[in-house]
Amino acid sequence: MPEATTAITAPRDLRRVLYERLFMLACLLAIIFGILALLALIYGILRDGLTRLDWEFITSFPSRRASSAGIYSALAGTLWMMALVALFTVPIGVLSAIYLEEFAPKNRLTSLIQVNIANLAGVPSIVYGLLGLAIFVRMLEPITSGQAFGFANTSGRSILSGSLTMSLLILPMVITACQEALRAVPQSHRHAALALGSTCWEAVRHQVLPAALPGMLTSVILGLSRAIGETAPLITIGALTYVAFVPRSPFDGFTVLPIQIFNWASRPQAPFHENAAAGIIVLMVVLLLFNSAAIAFRVIARRRLGM
Amino acid sequence: MWRERVVRAITFLCALVSIGTTLGIIYVLVSESVQFFAEVSPFEFFGGTRWAPRFSPPQFGVLPLLNGTLLVAVGAGAVSIPLGLLAGVYLSEYASRRTRNLLKPILELLAGVPTVVYGFFAITFITPLLQRVFPDLPIFNALSAAVVVGVMTFPIVASLSEDALSAVPRELREGGMAMGATRGEVIRRIVIPGALSGVMSAFLLALSRAVGETMAVTLAAGADPKVTLSFFTSIQTMSAYIVQASLGDTPHGTIEYQTIFAVGLTLFVITLAMNFIAAKLVGRYRQRYA
Repeated sequence: MPEATTAITAPRDLRRVLYERLFMLACLLAIIFGILALLALIYGILRDGLTRLDWEFITSFPSRRASSAGIYSALAGTLWMMALVALFTVPIGVLSAIYLEEFAPKNRLTSLIQVNIANLAGVPSIVYGLLGLAIFVRMLEPITSGQAFGFANTSGRSILSGSLTMSLLILPMVITACQEALRAVPQSHRHAALALGSTCWEAVRHQVLPAALPGMLTSVILGLSRAIGETAPLITIGALTYVAFVPRSPFDGFTVLPIQIFNWASRPQAPFHENAAAGIIVLMVVLLLFNSAAIAFRVIARRRLGM
Repeated sequence: MWRERVVRAITFLCALVSIGTTLGIIYVLVSESVQFFAEVSPFEFFGGTRWAPRFSPPQFGVLPLLNGTLLVAVGAGAVSIPLGLLAGVYLSEYASRRTRNLLKPILELLAGVPTVVYGFFAITFITPLLQRVFPDLPIFNALSAAVVVGVMTFPIVASLSEDALSAVPRELREGGMAMGATRGEVIRRIVIPGALSGVMSAFLLALSRAVGETMAVTLAAGADPKVTLSFFTSIQTMSAYIVQASLGDTPHGTIEYQTIFAVGLTLFVITLAMNFIAAKLVGRYRQRYA
């Protein structure tokens, strides 16, 4: 095409072509920035933490001496909290989603609940910490400290308070994702069940829920992995930073991995930074396991729904 | 039928938990703040330029904390908004399906990294790197905090603006191409303006995340509340103050205990306003191309 060639070599068009290339290059560089940031993050953490990470680190309690300190109590606290957060968020999250998707009438209250959930998802996590401090730690202290159940020497700054706070924090995210899982179930499933004479709940219970289950599991796991990494709200409710025991009941004081990491990272000495980096490796491995599980369930969900 | 009703009632009660959460947040923040403002006048709080609740006499001007928060948010936006938008453009307009499927998990990974990890990354990697460029940079500084929060909010801008850009109908692009515009010209003159409200809402959501961000800023920026426009000095943000006060001993009922709620209320109102505007903007572009 001789005409096209002459057109493109005209000086004005040359500039256009150059500009075109530069713009695309800028876009490419922007995405490369993201990749480099992730690589730098991983490199920085492995560089500082890999030499420090061993079995003893995982099975030791924190200590004033960096070289003998470990994450045993933090890991135990994280596991305790995960179990309790799952216990609270699974039923409440799933049932809320069922109400909003399957039962709720189209009225102002329903749209208010929906808008409210969207807003809650944008509230900074530290504000949830303030909520937990005033309600769970102070107001409900007899319950969250276990004193109402005969436990002594405990306070409201317990695993139970932390788990309740964290549950409220991840609920908006879990509910929204569970709603999407329910929405992905074809309407024909419901119609078939209703046509055979089942009630609305029976259709949900026997047709919709089984189909939506893998998708809901994905939502819950992603919510939990958010809770594992959160730090600020737990510091606000007064989780401890130095814990030399493994919690034995939900009413005990506790620390979690991110708080332990924060504690070490905020000290000036380099050996503690190595501890923080090693703790981060453990935290990231836990998160990676959770996310892999979430992805696996997502694949199952897509396959089951024929997507 | 009674079973059906019971189930409905139970699910309804669960859905009400979210309303209860909002009411709880508002009640807690307002009731403690009311006690705070009974002792400290709102004029001193919103007009004072010194924040020193532990000094005697204590000073409760929130402006230094607000200044620190906005400084970090603006600096973070300067990193994440242009880079995130360009990355969003790349994902939506240039990348093949395969490249996109490869790149998106990387963004998800970046978005899933806990904030305390970003804080560690800031003090052990970004600050030393910046100190090579600016030898006078103190260990704790607003610049490092802004950069790390920028990295943290980059995936938010990138994936939300990708969503907005790919919602622009194909015909608009084809029309532009047919008029002889290059791909870049179509993107800059047609696609981005067409997705503007969605893109703006992505920016706002990223900024609101930056305003509420806590752990990375606490670790990287220091604990030195001051009114300044300089990135090369240590500062303190509202959220970082709440963490600092919570780590110390703040007995219930004291004025110091109440300060964290007054600061929390300020933070809550700012982020709520930003999220509200962002949601309005998203609604607008959904309506246009629905």
